[in-house]
Amino acid sequence: MYNGGKILLGLFIFLAVVTFPFYNNVGKANVAPKPSIDTPAIQKLADKKCIESTAFMKAEHMQLLNQWRDSAVRDNSRVYVASDGKKYIISLQNTCMKCHSNKKEFCDSCHNYAGVNPYCWDCHLAPKEGK
Amino acid sequence: MGIDRREFLKIVGASAVFALGGMTIVDAIMNDNAEAAQYTPEPGALVAKQWAMVIDVRKFKTEEDYKRVINACNSIHNIPDFGESKDEVKWIWTDTFEHAFPEQQEPELMQESLKELPFLLLCNHCKNPPCVRVCPTKATFKRSDGIVMQDMHRCIGCRFCMAACPYGSRSFNWKDPRPHIKNENPDYPTRTKGVVEKCTFCVERLAKGLMPACVEASNGAILFGDITDPNSEVRKALSSNYAIRRKPELGTGPNIYYIIGGGSDNA
Repeated sequence: MYNGGKILLGLFIFLAVVTFPFYNNVGKANVAPKPSIDTPAIQKLADKKCIESTAFMKAEHMQLLNQWRDSAVRDNSRVYVASDGKKYIISLQNTCMKCHSNKKEFCDSCHNYAGVNPYCWDCHLAPKEGK
Repeated sequence: MGIDRREFLKIVGASAVFALGGMTIVDAIMNDNAEAAQYTPEPGALVAKQWAMVIDVRKFKTEEDYKRVINACNSIHNIPDFGESKDEVKWIWTDTFEHAFPEQQEPELMQESLKELPFLLLCNHCKNPPCVRVCPTKATFKRSDGIVMQDMHRCIGCRFCMAACPYGSRSFNWKDPRPHIKNENPDYPTRTKGVVEKCTFCVERLAKGLMPACVEASNGAILFGDITDPNSEVRKALSSNYAIRRKPELGTGPNIYYIIGGGSDNA
């Protein structure tokens, strides 16, 4: 083998660079986010639950929001009757975000973790958060 | 002796069928929430078969009257002010009689006062809207109450609707409007760069049982109601006054009427 030493060194450097992300993150498991529901509006609620069950909201909130927008904008049906019979005015800005006024700790904590950037906030105004 | 190959396959097949059947039941239970939900209109919402607006131009006396009406719309709908007419976003605005009604120029017959007046212009919410016909994504559509709506979530900014509208009622967002809104109304969304927008007859206010913002701010100079209902305010006003519409000859069926004469103070 000609230049065997150089080849081996090159291979070693190549492997070291390629596998860098793996060994660099060994033992540093990313902690799952814990979205905070501690806002003044939620604290005031006697029964601290969202419009549907937490499991449903975690898994399906994006589908629900899609249904909401179609219902309000296209069908002019602006009241959502939840599965427990309670009624809610369909509005991201005025219903969802009035309770979840902590967008940074609630929405963003999971969205950043999952690497998703919903473009809702290009138009809808996020609540003003105290700094 | 244990089970043979044939027995084993029978059991595997049967349990697979059973498991799949079971999954659909589990799925049905899990998704029950979404299917139990229902959507209904707001209880106090105003309804009509065809909304129409009547603007009594005789009641607009000063510059202030126009400004008040236009500002009422601009402030609640987060309409940006770019300060440059080429970027302008307008829902309700004014123009001269000559520009608003190019086909109705009869200078000898027209009252002098009318010629000089600015006319309030907005989306005509046509009966046969050309913008809806050309929209490739159905972002612009006509609701059952006659309001021509713009679904910002679906607009791709192709501007076919702007080309189709004979009234220039649509505006394109060339820039991000956020920095150009003086006081954001936290109850209404802004728009984003690259969408077309226009007057919506304040659908969000009608849903709550309120009249459109311009109607409320006009102190009775603008009327709003169901044009198909003979007892509505708009029909009563139109039956006793002389009113014109913008470019009716195009067949779009505009639903904004301008009272320019007749009635009690007939000149």
